Amino acid sequence: MATPDRISYWNKTKGLMFVMLGLWVFFGYVIHMFVEQLNTIVIFGFPLGFYMAAQGSLIAFVVMLFWFARRQNAIDEEHHVNED
Amino acid sequence: MANTTSTTAGGGDFTSNLGRIYSLYTGGFIAFIILMAILSAIGVENVVIGYLFMGFTIVIYAVIGVLSRTMHVGEYYVAGRRVPALYNGMATGADWMSAASFIGMAGSLYLLGYDGLGFVLGWTGGYVLVAILVAPYLRKFGAYTVPDFLSARYGGNLARFIGVIVLFSCSFTYVVAQIFGTGLISARFLGIDFNVAVYVGLAGILVCSMLGGMRAVTWTQVAQYIVLIIAYLIPAIWMSTVKTGIPIPQLMQGQALANITALETAQGITVHHITPFVHGGYDAKNYFLLILCLMVGTASLPHVLMRYFTTPSVREARVSVAWSLLFIFILYFTAPAYAAFAKWTMLDLVASGLTPENIAEKAGWMMRWAAADNTLVQICGKAATDTAAIVAACAEKGVTALSFADINLNADMIVLATPEMAGMPYVISGLVAAGGLAAALSTADGLLLAIANALSHDIYYKMIDQNAPTSRRLIVSRILLVMVAVLAAYVASTKPSDILSMVSWAFSLAAGGLFPALVLGVWWKRANSTGAVAGMIAGFGITLFYLVMTQYGADFDKATPNMELWWGVKNISSATFGLPVGFAVMIIVSLLTKAPSRDMQDFIEEIRVPRGKQMMEEKIA
Repeated sequence: MATPDRISYWNKTKGLMFVMLGLWVFFGYVIHMFVEQLNTIVIFGFPLGFYMAAQGSLIAFVVMLFWFARRQNAIDEEHHVNED
Repeated sequence: MANTTSTTAGGGDFTSNLGRIYSLYTGGFIAFIILMAILSAIGVENVVIGYLFMGFTIVIYAVIGVLSRTMHVGEYYVAGRRVPALYNGMATGADWMSAASFIGMAGSLYLLGYDGLGFVLGWTGGYVLVAILVAPYLRKFGAYTVPDFLSARYGGNLARFIGVIVLFSCSFTYVVAQIFGTGLISARFLGIDFNVAVYVGLAGILVCSMLGGMRAVTWTQVAQYIVLIIAYLIPAIWMSTVKTGIPIPQLMQGQALANITALETAQGITVHHITPFVHGGYDAKNYFLLILCLMVGTASLPHVLMRYFTTPSVREARVSVAWSLLFIFILYFTAPAYAAFAKWTMLDLVASGLTPENIAEKAGWMMRWAAADNTLVQICGKAATDTAAIVAACAEKGVTALSFADINLNADMIVLATPEMAGMPYVISGLVAAGGLAAALSTADGLLLAIANALSHDIYYKMIDQNAPTSRRLIVSRILLVMVAVLAAYVASTKPSDILSMVSWAFSLAAGGLFPALVLGVWWKRANSTGAVAGMIAGFGITLFYLVMTQYGADFDKATPNMELWWGVKNISSATFGLPVGFAVMIIVSLLTKAPSRDMQDFIEEIRVPRGKQMMEEKIA
């Protein structure tokens, strides 16, 4: 079961998971901790801190998920564990 | 795209024609809106338009429900596992966006400003956890229900049984909120008594889900998504066009925010819409804890996770999570704009010189809503039922010219009342009501199915009678569905709490009870049965304890004081305590007891790779 190929597959999958988790923490929490500072920057009437919570982070989440689906699929194919 | 494994019940044709069918449907719905606008213009009464909107949409859902009826187990529980990623995403969107998202959220954003954005973030970011930690692995396992997975991974019916209890608690709380929402809409737009309206809403829910199970719910949810997103976008686009001349509310929201701040300053309001951590008791701590509980709850709610059991493959399940979030995002990034334009409109109205005497002429809608329910609109602290009442209330307070702060609007009415507030024709109000109804019905369908499936599949079939023939299992499932639905409608008719709180509690219960067991089950081979059982009991127990004690107190008497909040954490974020306790107990107990068997470790290895046949195969009865 635990062939070297499987182990390397799982390590890569774990790596991708942690990258995603890191981005999630950044866009979900870290950036909003600086809302007051970001609000001093105003673009199109949007204070940037408000914008990040209303739209910016959401766009990041959507893009992240499509990227993740592609990336994980590439890892699957590389290790020949994709579905036929 | 469509893996047409057309082995069952002739669905192959249907799956390959989905694009055409739903384009036709969308066109038909838009034609219907135009027809209603024409009827309204030639003088058909408002209440008739309301009935037509709600009646027509419910009939469509019922027709889809009846056409998708099935007696096949795989179709009933997981829609035959052939729902393409994009359509599953759309169905998940409708499953996900409930009365709380559609009716409650923009209203809360209107009242709470920046601090309401915690709901927007919490209800979107959780999908990242769904995709990376849970959904693809459960799809590979091939479960029918979430407790199915718990039972297989943690060897036995004890883990399954606790899973069912958590599932029942969170889904039931959630479904009560949805039936409450359908009752609210039916009462307001059809003019029937709330207690009756709750059961009318219930009938609408049952026709969609009873005959066809997951298959029927999937295809009605896609239809409901289309209705609800159109109904949400049109008023926002309308307001943006009227106020700024550009029909892109999400972009023009910036201009709205700038105007809101200017008008607030002119009104002498110091707590601005855009100021963070100052509204409604949401300090920074409660803001971030709410986001955490909602996100983790997303990745633990069985009615959401089970949508990913319906895709043809693990790969499609992952893509499907991305589509789900995209479809949800369309509504969620409109909601702050919706709220901002509504607030701008109200501030403009006040700035135009609003007095108690001219309110009937300038904003008659306030009185209509106050007349429907006297808690919805209050001016100078009293229900704004007519000019005399407003003049009297304001004279008492010595108010001659109304300021923004004198007018108190209820969060649950803002979305539904915005078309009137902004002077749109009544047909838009009817459309918004139909959208709110679609949102509440679609979520209620998914939840009821999750509960009924757990009771019939996990309790009846797996724990009571393993030899039950297919036909009897499906009949038991349908009977349970109706019983749970009636019970939920009864609880909803007692008006236990407001929509947003009930929904948030469901998230915390799911997060505290299920998240550690689901995630460690896939990601930590050392997690064992004893640890999981202890962890679920501890996590769920603490969450439930905190929620009940702070909301009702030990004696369930509203008159006596309830338990003090721990460190000031609001009880809508109860999982703040349940989640770490659940993880800690599960890890410690697992380490103190025997490691899982070799077979179990192989089983986990298999779940982790997409290739190979799914682990749980249904025996063909």
